[in-house]
Amino acid sequence: MHHPGTNNKVYKKINDNFEWSSENFKKISEIIKKYPSNRIQSAVIPLLDLAQRQNNGWLSKNSMEKVAETLSMSYIRVLEVATFYSMFNLEPIGKNFVQICRTTPCWLRGSDKLSKVAQEVCETNIGETSDDEIFTVVEVECLGACCNAPMVQINDDYYEDLDEESFKKILQDLKDNKSIKVGSQIGRKSSQPERKFDA
Amino acid sequence: MLKEKDKIFKNLYGFEDWKLEGAKKRGIWSNTKELIKMGSEKIVEEIKNSQLRGRGGAGFPAGLKWSFMPKDSGKDHYLVVNADESEPGTCKDREIMRNDPHLLLEGCLVAAFAMHAHTCYIYIRGEYYSESSNLQKAIDEAYENNLIGKNACGTGWDFDIYLHRGAGAYICGEETALLESLEGKKGQPRLKPPFPAGAGLYGCPTTVTNVETIAVSPTILRRSSKWFADLGSVNNTGTKIFSISGHVNNPCNVEEEMGIPLKELIEKHAGGVIGGWENLLAVIPGGASVPLLPKSICDTVKMDFDSLKEVQSGLGTAAVIVMNKSTDIVEAIARLSHFYKHESCGQCTPCREGTGWMYRMMEKMVHGNVEHQDIDKILDVTKQIEGHTICALGDAAAWPIQGLFRHFRPEIEKRIEERNRRVA
Repeated sequence: MHHPGTNNKVYKKINDNFEWSSENFKKISEIIKKYPSNRIQSAVIPLLDLAQRQNNGWLSKNSMEKVAETLSMSYIRVLEVATFYSMFNLEPIGKNFVQICRTTPCWLRGSDKLSKVAQEVCETNIGETSDDEIFTVVEVECLGACCNAPMVQINDDYYEDLDEESFKKILQDLKDNKSIKVGSQIGRKSSQPERKFDA
Repeated sequence: MLKEKDKIFKNLYGFEDWKLEGAKKRGIWSNTKELIKMGSEKIVEEIKNSQLRGRGGAGFPAGLKWSFMPKDSGKDHYLVVNADESEPGTCKDREIMRNDPHLLLEGCLVAAFAMHAHTCYIYIRGEYYSESSNLQKAIDEAYENNLIGKNACGTGWDFDIYLHRGAGAYICGEETALLESLEGKKGQPRLKPPFPAGAGLYGCPTTVTNVETIAVSPTILRRSSKWFADLGSVNNTGTKIFSISGHVNNPCNVEEEMGIPLKELIEKHAGGVIGGWENLLAVIPGGASVPLLPKSICDTVKMDFDSLKEVQSGLGTAAVIVMNKSTDIVEAIARLSHFYKHESCGQCTPCREGTGWMYRMMEKMVHGNVEHQDIDKILDVTKQIEGHTICALGDAAAWPIQGLFRHFRPEIEKRIEERNRRVA
């Protein structure tokens, strides 16, 4: 099963150039302050995250080299971290990064149906990016929202208590550039016991 | 059933304000200074007396763990809160962090003071984006109101809390892997000893504790260890958040007394099994890592550390995954094997190679594409992985499979015979 975050190859883009944006440059000095001054390597995960956000959701070779330079680390140490953690994508992804949880609690409540819906609506296979680059669809392991299963993460947000219909609508709305509701899709607050539906 | 007045998590579902104002109404931060004035020894003593056991899965006595921290090491001490909640089935810490973050922060101050730590890192899993932004806002509020920072709560104790987001690795829930990750490296567990209390984060004395353990501690100090110890039974005291997921009518998180019968838990809080109790096939009582229990045991078993150990399972994180008779039980466990294959850090050979082999074997078993002797072979392999790795991920990958064969071996034998008939 392909996933841009578990890929260990560095994707080389021609004419790629990476410099910190001035806004991120300020953020970096804030982040580094969290750690003892002789231990700034601790900031490598937050900085890779920052670089990934600036670079449209994935890490190019140049962006990782920039992180290494910023933290006075060797490039290989940064690459090692970037390949180890699944949230760092080492190849370009679509505008909406759709991660469908496939682990047992979500599967028991029908996550495999969601995978089918995603492939139909996004017109792509699991692990791939659609031709129009609007969607990248992947199956991932437990995202820790098991009481609201089945659930899907799209970019930073969780969409919970899904079924085929509500998921289809979310994807269609994303396609049509409409705003979508984050969280439970059946009007439930967090993981309260009684299912209360919106009137 | 747990009385409303004995609940520690009063805003588990987020019906009330999670910010400082709302938290203060629920009594959080009300007399923190007095709690600190008890002194570190008394705090540890009270936690010991409450018999609180760690809520992260292993169930190690919390007070004892806190007491391992040296008094005068001459180094900085660290408290690290393990909020890397990734055990399949578990979603309790998430609710604490987004709906009652101040409960956790107050706990951090009290616990850190007891361990002589001036710095606390909260390591939250990277996927919890909105949870981390709630928590960060709560930290900012606490700094603004001088509840933490220099002279925290007017106690004279300087205390900083920093939030650190992970990046998607289950193994970072293991305490030494978490420390490696926090130091900016791959999250691969360290060999123990030295234990973190001796040499942890940056080589300094460190205690790594689960979110829920920390969050309950101020309430224990406030309401006395006796109150907490009177709930549940000896050695399995207090309240616990249970995450009930899978084939139930109303999946939910709920705080209950330790030792509540499993059947009562499912029927009272989660609306019962889909299709009724008689339609129950099996339950995984403590998150993906513990062996499953068939219905015959579920009928009577109590939900606490010792009762579940007696039936060769465990309370783990108290994540109850319910499966009714529509479930393909072999596939359910095969999916867990896939999870462990995906999450093995690759450091120890038995786990790196074993998890992949076990997954491939389990996938074949789903369709009965194995021979009868392969069942004993896979059980033998699980025994060779269990206990032969640096951390417990190897054990965790082996146990669900052992549990499956312990209780559902005839099901797989049936599939093998069916396949043999088809092929012949």
